Amino acid sequence: MKLLYFAWLRARIGHAEEVFPLPEGVHNVAGLLDWLRGRGGNYAEALKDSSVIRVAVNQEYVGLTHPIRDGDEIAVFPPMTGG
Amino acid sequence: MIRVQREDFDVGVELDRVAKGDHSIGGVASFIGLVRDMGGPQRVAALTLEHYPGMTEKKLAEIEAEANRRWPLSASLIIHRYGRLEPGDRIVLVATASPHREAALAACHFLIDWLKTDAPFWKREETPHGERWVEARHEDDEAARRWRNPAR
Repeated sequence: MKLLYFAWLRARIGHAEEVFPLPEGVHNVAGLLDWLRGRGGNYAEALKDSSVIRVAVNQEYVGLTHPIRDGDEIAVFPPMTGG
Repeated sequence: MIRVQREDFDVGVELDRVAKGDHSIGGVASFIGLVRDMGGPQRVAALTLEHYPGMTEKKLAEIEAEANRRWPLSASLIIHRYGRLEPGDRIVLVATASPHREAALAACHFLIDWLKTDAPFWKREETPHGERWVEARHEDDEAARRWRNPAR
């Protein structure tokens, strides 16, 4: 699966994109965020406040219980500030 | 029509084009968003807009389609820029055309409110104290929420 990070999440994590196989035991968005936090360091720091984390799976906004599969494009970002 | 682009646009040309060739159009409503600098300690030297290529175009097209479902529009246009912009620069243009002004004005208002909260763009400001990511405003969420149950 492909992970994309945007805005200050990208800056704090340190890169914009990474590709890796779906981690074992991860079935939904909440599980993936926990798994990423479990990597510690920049990930734990950047993702610590869930209230400012938004997620899109295959370019659709989703909630924490949304299922994820290997091959999904998953974007993690703060609330949008367009317009 | 939607466009996501780095370059500036000519407002006059774009607004003329929205209504061109359809004489049943009675009015064109528009909103132009500019890079703002309020001065003081929060002085903004520049603003950089980042977006999610692919998803941005998809969300803008969805928002535009929703406006066309809700109001009888003859034409609509959203242009949203990205990249580094300076105070006074244009960021966004929303234009809606309809036989009657009410639909054009309401749809334009709806589109700009929804762009603020639903289009995957993020703003970073350059200030005298360094770079600062713009935070989402609660007021913008409220403005967008208003349209979820339109009292029309």
